Amino acid sequence: MKRIAISLAALTLGAVAAPLGALAEIAPGDVQFDDYGAVETSLTGSSGNADEGRKIMTEKSLGNCVSCHAAEAYADVPFHGEVGPWLDGAGSRWTEAELRGLVINPKKTFEGTVMPAFYKVDGFNRPGDAYTGKAAPADLPPILSAEQVEDVVAYLMTLKDE
Amino acid sequence: MKMKNTLRTVCTVRTVAALTALVLAAPAFADEDAELVINGEIEIVTKTTAPAHLEGHLDEILSGWRFRSDETQAMEMDDFDNPGMLGAEAGFEQFETVMGSEGKSCMDCHDGVESLANVRPTYPKWNDDKEAVYTIQMQINDCLTERMGAEKQKYDSKTMLNFEAALASVSRGMPVNVAIDGPAQSTWEQGKEMYYTRFGQLDLSCANCHEQNYGNMIRADHLSQGQINGFPTYRLKNAQLNGAHGRFKGCIRDTRGETFSPGSPEFVALELYVASRGNGLSVEGPSVRN
Repeated sequence: MKRIAISLAALTLGAVAAPLGALAEIAPGDVQFDDYGAVETSLTGSSGNADEGRKIMTEKSLGNCVSCHAAEAYADVPFHGEVGPWLDGAGSRWTEAELRGLVINPKKTFEGTVMPAFYKVDGFNRPGDAYTGKAAPADLPPILSAEQVEDVVAYLMTLKDE
Repeated sequence: MKMKNTLRTVCTVRTVAALTALVLAAPAFADEDAELVINGEIEIVTKTTAPAHLEGHLDEILSGWRFRSDETQAMEMDDFDNPGMLGAEAGFEQFETVMGSEGKSCMDCHDGVESLANVRPTYPKWNDDKEAVYTIQMQINDCLTERMGAEKQKYDSKTMLNFEAALASVSRGMPVNVAIDGPAQSTWEQGKEMYYTRFGQLDLSCANCHEQNYGNMIRADHLSQGQINGFPTYRLKNAQLNGAHGRFKGCIRDTRGETFSPGSPEFVALELYVASRGNGLSVEGPSVRN
């Protein structure tokens, strides 16, 4: 929570005093994908926190990845979905850059995939304001912040094959 | 049609006791081979060959009943265990109630709800006079305002859903058979396009979940084909009858999308298209779902 509060404060400040963000985050519109959909550079310029990433992936109010993806790695969390592939071993099957690309916008890797993009703010059909059913605000935030994406990537990298 | 009561009271009590014992084991999975017979007499087709227009998309169509737990399934097998039938009963009463300035009830023009058994299976349907595809609720509103001098009812309101439940209840067991050609075709095409269009920040179409992933779990929910042959539906989640448009509204909202309103032209078109995906399944409303 503290980390989120700090990053919100930083965002608010950032809007007023941009130069403060010396380690500027990469904005959703500025992400560079390679030809296969991978994203080499950390969105925050540093590594994420894997523990935080696990929380984001398994909580409905955050990333809610568990809704579609099952894994032994978080077997303590009830009701894993079956829509996407199992995530055990994801950190062995993919590189960090590939995983980052998949979380940011998986359609760059798998065209037509059902999976949503978690760090994208435009190009949607009738975007809404979260789950209210109302129209999105002009400054629609991404589903996950840059820091949260890096946290998820850090956690996925811990899911190695036995 | 008053329900045939007393005989079933004993077995209802027994069922309720069994249900209470089972309810804790959620999410329980449906018996894939279970067949639905209501009140021991109305045979319901919950699985059949897909209509021709779904070629290349689905081979088989399945009622949402098949995706529900044993205990939820059981609630629909007897009218006394089906809370949606209370809405249908209220609908029967509304049908006989004088409403509006003309001093008429529905009975002034119609020979009882049963005489309208062919309505639910064929709606939404092209209305020649209005030159538009009409849902049942639109037609009811025309009767209320144009024939009875009564107030228009809000789309998916309790009164409307009660009417709709009554009409569905007398059609149970009859195959859904909405027309998709002729004058209704362009509306049907519009609904079809909508079904395959992604909405919202989650960028999901109806098909992403209900065609590509039916049978899979999404968290604790067992994804169905999204068939609407069972509408209006009594949902355990909100303990009331729900209309198809209300469910559509919730689905688009859940894509993190700007949704549409019940009764909107978009949802009328979508209702026609989704209904047509269930052509061949039995009318099942008022059904019971999660």
